[in-house]
Amino acid sequence: MAKDMSYEAVNARKNDIMRDAMRLDYDDFEYEGIGFDYERMMEETGYSMEEMQKIQADNGVGNTPLLEMRNLTALARKYAPEGKGARIFIKDEACNASGSFKARRAAISVHHAKRLGYKGVISATSGNYGAAVAAQAAMNGLKCIVVQECYDDEKKGQPEILEKQRICEAYGAEVVQLTVGPELFTTFLGLLEETGYFNASLYTPFGIAGVETLGYELVMQCRERLGREPDVVVCTNAGGGNLTGTARGIQKAGAKNVEIVGASIDLKGLHMASDHDFNRKSCTTGHTGFAIPFITWPDRSDCPRNAARTLRYMDRYVTVKQGEVFYITQALAILEGYERGPAGNTSLTAAFALAQEMDRDQVIIVQETEYTGAGKHTMPQLTFAKQNGIKVSFGNPDEEVPGETLIFPEEPSMIRAREYDLAKAKRSYIHNCVKNYKMKNAAEEDIRYIMEEIREEREFVACELKKYGVKVD
Amino acid sequence: MDPFVKKGDWIQIEDVVLPAGKRAPQVPEDTQKCDLKMWVKGEALSDAEEGELVKIRTTTGRIEKGCPTAVNPGYIHDYGEFQPELLKIEHQLKQILFGGES
Repeated sequence: MAKDMSYEAVNARKNDIMRDAMRLDYDDFEYEGIGFDYERMMEETGYSMEEMQKIQADNGVGNTPLLEMRNLTALARKYAPEGKGARIFIKDEACNASGSFKARRAAISVHHAKRLGYKGVISATSGNYGAAVAAQAAMNGLKCIVVQECYDDEKKGQPEILEKQRICEAYGAEVVQLTVGPELFTTFLGLLEETGYFNASLYTPFGIAGVETLGYELVMQCRERLGREPDVVVCTNAGGGNLTGTARGIQKAGAKNVEIVGASIDLKGLHMASDHDFNRKSCTTGHTGFAIPFITWPDRSDCPRNAARTLRYMDRYVTVKQGEVFYITQALAILEGYERGPAGNTSLTAAFALAQEMDRDQVIIVQETEYTGAGKHTMPQLTFAKQNGIKVSFGNPDEEVPGETLIFPEEPSMIRAREYDLAKAKRSYIHNCVKNYKMKNAAEEDIRYIMEEIREEREFVACELKKYGVKVD
Repeated sequence: MDPFVKKGDWIQIEDVVLPAGKRAPQVPEDTQKCDLKMWVKGEALSDAEEGELVKIRTTTGRIEKGCPTAVNPGYIHDYGEFQPELLKIEHQLKQILFGGES
């Protein structure tokens, strides 16, 4: 008898489908209450640093150059107080096979899938990760399906996403394209069940561990080249894997005093599942529309427990505006001779502002770039924005309204890294624990788990839980 | 007259995964009014006219069914129109850093 492929029926089979598609029993790591043993999951299911470096080196990934942005540094120093203006470096991740740091995640996931004997891999992504999985699958002789949220109801697609479709197909993948909506996940589950392929999710322990080499590498390069460790590393933050993996790698390299800063594009007010809003954003990733939900509730991904857990690692979180990111993308090309991004330049935009707070001898590292091409470039994205009624102008970026305006800074001094209150994000995380687990009581183990998740004292956690009427022992 | 799709053509098909009104409850109001649509490419397994259901075999060997939307579907994205704002930024940056000697 044919299986019931209705939305409800497929979702009801979610746990079985997931287990078969990863051969990873997440239940093994669950605690009694709300938590799970994150570190044990990462240790037991991941690979050692040496193994990952070998897998990646064998597949065209890693050892990307660390480039000093001398002119951007000089520009930042023009606006910095006396003695300020840290040296800005960028890790040119566009040099990886398939053109982004996502190749690090894909290399480990696809290697793992092949080792376990899967015939193919599936990934749900509209971003660079699709290209990464497709390229790695091609290298390893596996089949590949990429599921994309691509079009609005009128079949109008973001140029950036249309390019991702093209590049996935260029690497021999099948691309399944959908209109806007979270039900994409059900289509994804249905495909996993139909094909028996591996779930090459962005959020598995293998995927996140794959990014650890990036953090490790940049510390080693910095030590070797500058005789010191970086003071600040800025990571563009969306789903959290980039930041989590990088920070873990930095820790594994033994660097203890590196401040980890997350940066996202402010898309406040745009609803991510809205058909109307879909084509009114000018950046399809690295934005708060993904980042805030994932920071405050990581376990919303396409696997039972998300290995990307931002609040465990992020020391500071800042936002920048679309117009600022486009400005810096142009500056990177004009002043440094690198055509990269744009979305990957979110962290560079933040670093340009943050460098101005730091001492001149300090080092700030932007840990990624991404490839640029037709569709994935400031020109087509601005063209598309204007076609969708977005007013593009010069002025004060603080006045930018996502979905209505895109404001280039009148001059570079107006580029800012706006502080996002991490305590607010942590409180929101606790609220989500209470809501999603319908918590009435909190056992000691639950409290300890939340403390680890958000890196806060017991008092902070207990006080917040009590606010929602949760009984704390 | 030749059919829109001939057996063996490389085509794109469209299918409705979830009709409007049957969307997930968390979906906002404007999206609720839209079908969840899907597009896949593959080799047509029979002749078909526009609006007629046809089966395809995708590049991974799966069989999908839907209405054909294009034969030999290409890529339409490009570098867009020239954006003078970017030129203004270029001139500004060169002026600030190199004093107009670029």
